[in-house]
Amino acid sequence: MATYSTNEFKAGMKIMLDSDPCAIIENEFVKPGKGQAFSRVKIRNLKNGRVIERTFKSGESVEAADVVDLDMQYLYHDGEFFHFMDPESFEQYQADESAVNDAKLWLKDQDMCILTLWNDAPISVTPPNFVELTVAETDPGLKGDTSGGGGKPATMETGVVIRVPLFVQIGELLKVDTRTGEYVSRAKS
Amino acid sequence: MITWEPSCSLDLLQLRATVLHKIRGYFYEQQVLEVETPILCQSIGTDPYIDFFSTQSSNSKSLYLQTSPEFSMKRLLSAHACSMYQITKAFRQGESGRYHNPEFTLLEWYRVGFDLTQLMDDVANFLTLFLKESDFSAADERLSYIQVFKRYTGLDALVFSLPEYQKVADAHHLPDAFAVCGNSHTAWLDFLFSACVQPHLGNKGLCMIYHYPAILPSLARKLEHNPLLVERVELFVAGVELGNGYFELSDVQEQDVRFTQDIALREKNNTVKVAKDERFLAALQHGLPDCSGIAIGLDRLLMLIAHKESIDEVLAFPVNRA
Repeated sequence: MATYSTNEFKAGMKIMLDSDPCAIIENEFVKPGKGQAFSRVKIRNLKNGRVIERTFKSGESVEAADVVDLDMQYLYHDGEFFHFMDPESFEQYQADESAVNDAKLWLKDQDMCILTLWNDAPISVTPPNFVELTVAETDPGLKGDTSGGGGKPATMETGVVIRVPLFVQIGELLKVDTRTGEYVSRAKS
Repeated sequence: MITWEPSCSLDLLQLRATVLHKIRGYFYEQQVLEVETPILCQSIGTDPYIDFFSTQSSNSKSLYLQTSPEFSMKRLLSAHACSMYQITKAFRQGESGRYHNPEFTLLEWYRVGFDLTQLMDDVANFLTLFLKESDFSAADERLSYIQVFKRYTGLDALVFSLPEYQKVADAHHLPDAFAVCGNSHTAWLDFLFSACVQPHLGNKGLCMIYHYPAILPSLARKLEHNPLLVERVELFVAGVELGNGYFELSDVQEQDVRFTQDIALREKNNTVKVAKDERFLAALQHGLPDCSGIAIGLDRLLMLIAHKESIDEVLAFPVNRA
């Protein structure tokens, strides 16, 4: 079993905590006066995404989590599982609904994304920061309005609903920021 | 790629030079003597929670890189009884982070004939030189440890009750408190102080916390009318611990007992064995004049003056580039 000492802690390191895989966001070495030192660590639980703060005695060892982030191509959804492929090894992985979570709102077939594997099984999917999606449905635009002020809802091809400027029409390809869920621009097709 | 460049800008190198110049000016004016003592020593302190670097000389005798110049300076004081200061490097194993580098610069000074209050006046006087130019208030705040611990935790620092302390940890969302501190009163004090009290200290300017519980390790003398407290002061600015000072313990018997306790604690915690510094004890036996002294982390002072977030920004080459 691989372990890390708190002295080795740094951002990005993956550790096991309360039997869940977690990523270290920030580690602060704390040494009060002449007292015992400890590490105050900000940690993201990789299964549910929640960020928590924990404290460890300095020098304490913590189990390392076998977690890797891989660039993968999203293939298809078979109704139950989402399928991904490593474009270099052609190895395929299937992830369930809970691992894919909100990422499914942004992914269409063939898109690249980051698949996080824990003990070789997918636990989360991160879409690219920007994706291009076609508008499936929206109210007809108002003639002459190119300002984009106000806006209206539009349903994209993946089913996600975002706010778009009034001039956007059905069938247009849009660039969207997946972190904020906001319209960025029309995509050049 | 090899990183050869410094992590610190030219501006900050210049700031360091200016600060050093001002420090020397202050103490010259005050007629405090600048001294130098060895960095590589034959003995090392017994502090239970300070790890040191050791090395071997050619005759296979162990030598240590000092963790502070305290013992050497007190030997000088015992011999010459004059106020003195030193700007020197100190080394602490395993201390690395936003506010720590294993090698750092200490400013340490001793004032013969000063008690703790006089030392605090001196410190405030000295730090104003630097803080007033850096958006901090010139006025300092002074609170006793007991008072400030009570204010932010509601707890009596001198009376340990695990359920009461645990309640405060829970209220502050500190789930690991028990795992880290167990049943140790001192560990709980340090843990709660750093999590619940320290962030509030010195947000306008210098804050001095004095009269620490005697159960926390130190080289301070006990209060004459209350042996549960010691004549110790810690400095905080913007929530950062900047220095630690004492009305110095000069009683050789008491010092010997504290060494023995420290050594026992080190053994219990399975930390590297150390021996008492006999030369230091002999100096106390000869007689340390009544004096107060303080050590200030110079790199942290530079961080505060320049409003920098990390010690690496004020060091030419932090340990990962050294």
